[in-house]
Amino acid sequence: MNQLQNLTKGLLKENPILVLVLGTCPTLATTSSSLNGMGMGIATTFVLIGSNVVISLLANVIPDKVRIPSFIVIIASFVTIVDLVMQAYVPDLYKTLGIFIPLIVVNCIVLGRAEAYASKNPVLSSFIDGLGMGLGFTVALGILGAFREIVGSGSIFGHKFIEGDGILVFILAPGAFMALGYLIALVNKIKKT
Amino acid sequence: MAKTESTFKNMVLSLTLISLISSASLGFVYEFTKKPIEVANLNKKLNAIKQVVPDFTNNPNDEMFRLPTGDGDSLDIYPAKKDDIIIGYAVNTFTSKGFSGNISLMAGFKPDGTIINITVLEQKETPGLGTKMTEPEFKNQFNDKNPAEFELKVKKDGGPVDAITAATISSRAFCDAVTKAYNTLQKGGLK
Repeated sequence: MNQLQNLTKGLLKENPILVLVLGTCPTLATTSSSLNGMGMGIATTFVLIGSNVVISLLANVIPDKVRIPSFIVIIASFVTIVDLVMQAYVPDLYKTLGIFIPLIVVNCIVLGRAEAYASKNPVLSSFIDGLGMGLGFTVALGILGAFREIVGSGSIFGHKFIEGDGILVFILAPGAFMALGYLIALVNKIKKT
Repeated sequence: MAKTESTFKNMVLSLTLISLISSASLGFVYEFTKKPIEVANLNKKLNAIKQVVPDFTNNPNDEMFRLPTGDGDSLDIYPAKKDDIIIGYAVNTFTSKGFSGNISLMAGFKPDGTIINITVLEQKETPGLGTKMTEPEFKNQFNDKNPAEFELKVKKDGGPVDAITAATISSRAFCDAVTKAYNTLQKGGLK
């Protein structure tokens, strides 16, 4: 597989949300608006790239029996860095995302990529894999957030274009499940044809 | 490079080293972001104060003091002064009666107790329903009202406040927080 395929596989073929269906908890919880969804996606992308690179560098140094705790420590460090930096420079977004930033630590995608890819592949490939997966995650969250924001509150990126209320259920949790379900169905349809 | 064997010594060593490096780099990032975080928090507070009390020339944050609410708690009061004359108080008030979690407000009062403006600092109400308390439609009905005449109660409880549709509990909680701020100011003798 060349590096371009490696980068683009996260977008559709192995999209972490829409195909692998990993990390759905932050997906459902943070996509009440397009900006929130993308903010969450970008934060996760940073963690994915950082942890993938460091883990692939250290893959041979870490003994097999303690690899999972080592990975978690590395991932947790990157998450804490993101947490502090966001608190300092984008306090509003930080406040909306709240608990879901620290919870990136337990996001299945991050550990999944570390274990399945970064620990077995060279640094450059791992970097590109992290970037591609992160982009796929961001795009999926962005689309889901945009859809829920348009239908649920009649606005996009915070700009209101319909007066009054939208279909409220799409802002609430049940709407997240419905929107995600339809999005996955749509992607399956596209993949088959 | 050959794969490190999973001997006891190697495991302890590698985990210790990884933790050490991680904590060192975190310490560095913490030091680096400490100042910006403080500034961001302060700006947020000052912005909220600016919204709820008219133009002031002092730094309300430096002159902050606390007043007891009477039920074992206390509220932060930020006096707004123009040329050393008090023109209003911004009160950081809160309530635990929200629909989900605490609601924190910044309420601005004139020295005679009239509400100038209110802004919501923190709330976790139901999106689309209780969250409407942050919108001018609801919160601006309190502006220029004096709680001495304008009873802070929703219409369902016999008061004059127009509650948010389908979010009476959130509306009540909002009133409760404002009442707490007003009563604290009155009890503190700051009219």
